[in-house]
Amino acid sequence: MDHLLTLPVIIPLLTGALGFLFYKNGTAQRWIGLAGTVALLIASILLLVDVWSNGIQAEQFGNWPAPFGISFVADLLSSIMITISGVMGFVVAVYAVADIDKTREKFGFYPLYHILLMGINGTFLTGDIFNMYVWFEVMLISSFVLLALGNSKAQLDGAVKYVIINLVGSAIFLMGIGFLYGLTGTLNMAELSVRLNEVDNAGLVTTVSMFFMVSFGIKAAVFPLFFWLPASYHTPPVAISAIFAGMLTKVGVYTLIRAFTLLFTQEVAYTHHIILWISGLTMLIGVLGAAAQSEVRRILSFHIISQIGYMIMGLALYTPLALIGSVFYIVHHIIVKTNLFLVGGLARKLTGSYELKKMGGLYRYYPWLTLIYAALEIDSYWIAGVALLVGLLTLFSMTKIWMAAFWTPLPGYENDTTGAGFNKISRRDMFLLVFPIVTLATLTIIIGLYPEPFYELSLKAAEDLLDPTNYINAVLGK
Amino acid sequence: MEPLLAIVVGVLFSTAIYLMMQRNLIRIVIGVIILSNAVNLLIFTLGRLTRASAPLIPYGQNVPLEDIANPLPQALVLTAIVIGFGLFAFALVLTYRTYKEIGTKPVKEG
Repeated sequence: MDHLLTLPVIIPLLTGALGFLFYKNGTAQRWIGLAGTVALLIASILLLVDVWSNGIQAEQFGNWPAPFGISFVADLLSSIMITISGVMGFVVAVYAVADIDKTREKFGFYPLYHILLMGINGTFLTGDIFNMYVWFEVMLISSFVLLALGNSKAQLDGAVKYVIINLVGSAIFLMGIGFLYGLTGTLNMAELSVRLNEVDNAGLVTTVSMFFMVSFGIKAAVFPLFFWLPASYHTPPVAISAIFAGMLTKVGVYTLIRAFTLLFTQEVAYTHHIILWISGLTMLIGVLGAAAQSEVRRILSFHIISQIGYMIMGLALYTPLALIGSVFYIVHHIIVKTNLFLVGGLARKLTGSYELKKMGGLYRYYPWLTLIYAALEIDSYWIAGVALLVGLLTLFSMTKIWMAAFWTPLPGYENDTTGAGFNKISRRDMFLLVFPIVTLATLTIIIGLYPEPFYELSLKAAEDLLDPTNYINAVLGK
Repeated sequence: MEPLLAIVVGVLFSTAIYLMMQRNLIRIVIGVIILSNAVNLLIFTLGRLTRASAPLIPYGQNVPLEDIANPLPQALVLTAIVIGFGLFAFALVLTYRTYKEIGTKPVKEG
């Protein structure tokens, strides 16, 4: 199909718009929303297949030729990210049916969710740096509303921090764009990649790259710009936390990778060395933060930060193998992290709390849930192989959740053998909550046992990242 | 013109940063608004300033005959203003709701 490239943006746009027509009609919005995520998933897989078999795809809006118009580009990294956001979009939407309450649904949860997905996909696809800013804002404004939707005190408190820091981040991003335009006279990323190497004052380019590092660093929650994440991610309902945890920070990682492989490769020794330090400190501070927490979602939030460090480290090393690791790990991390939030949400529904002290007994009464958690925990052993100290610390707090929530009996029901302490969940809700968890766990296991195709994908993606000639040629049509 | 605008941008930046370091939430929000306007002015300046020549191409020509003002930064700034407007409307409402729900306490740490 000709316009496959625009579908990951158009589908959520139409779904969102259609959903808003049924404002205050929760049921209609829900069905439209679910149908939209299925369509989005199919489109994103088609796009990945297309890019895999036919190479990098580019499309120019309004038929203005590339550096003058706005281009959409899908290389392998973009289409991998699009596909994974399609998968997450679908499973979290299913989970949300049972998780999001009727009020939030009525006030437009599903349409907002789709606008969020549109912003995420737009950021992955765009080949124009100013257009990327616009997609960022689309993503941000919908995430602001999703975060504050429901108006509870904790949510408002978290949302204020999240909104302010992101507004500052966007301003810095915009500043960087202004300087890039002043230096080169273009906004097209492929054209920028060529022109930035011809700028006389090379020091200025490196200075400008720092604007991008800071603003993308804020979105990706790297050290020392991560404070907003553990302050806000645990406040909304778990379906919203899960999609945020899975996708939003990874958009920041994606843009960092894009900027520092395509645009700013003039002084790799300097810029990537900074990234290396940042990534190391991010890894460490994340796990240390997690060790001090006793609320499931907060522990997981700090783990996100630590794991962002791993992804960025692949970029910092800037070798083929390191970038393969980054791409592979991003995919894996998104699946596992989203799933951990979903499992946490289910555990909360059963035990009535996110606090480790008040949870317990899940192993005895819900052994299958334990099995899934164990599969995810084995993943942290996996990380322990990558970086021993940090991995072990991750393991420490994962095990803490295991001991408290699964192994020890539910507080107050120590001698009970009927499982009376657990909340009852209807069969329909149980299915809706468990289906996404099992799907994602299956994906994790497939990647773990049969990594070959995923490795191939990451390999190709990393090659394209290290040698942007293909990208540039595809966009500029040479 | 450029040096003058550069100084104006600098003053706006320092004002914004000063305001953002206060503990009062509404001042922080106003600081962010000023910051965003400073950035808009910055983009405008970086697009090079040309006085009194509109970017219009005479009928029958393919290129402009004289030096013209650069229209692209203006389009960028316009987009950024519109986006900023939406975001700040939201930020102000959020601030108001927070004030109603949580009270007049200054920004909490952590």
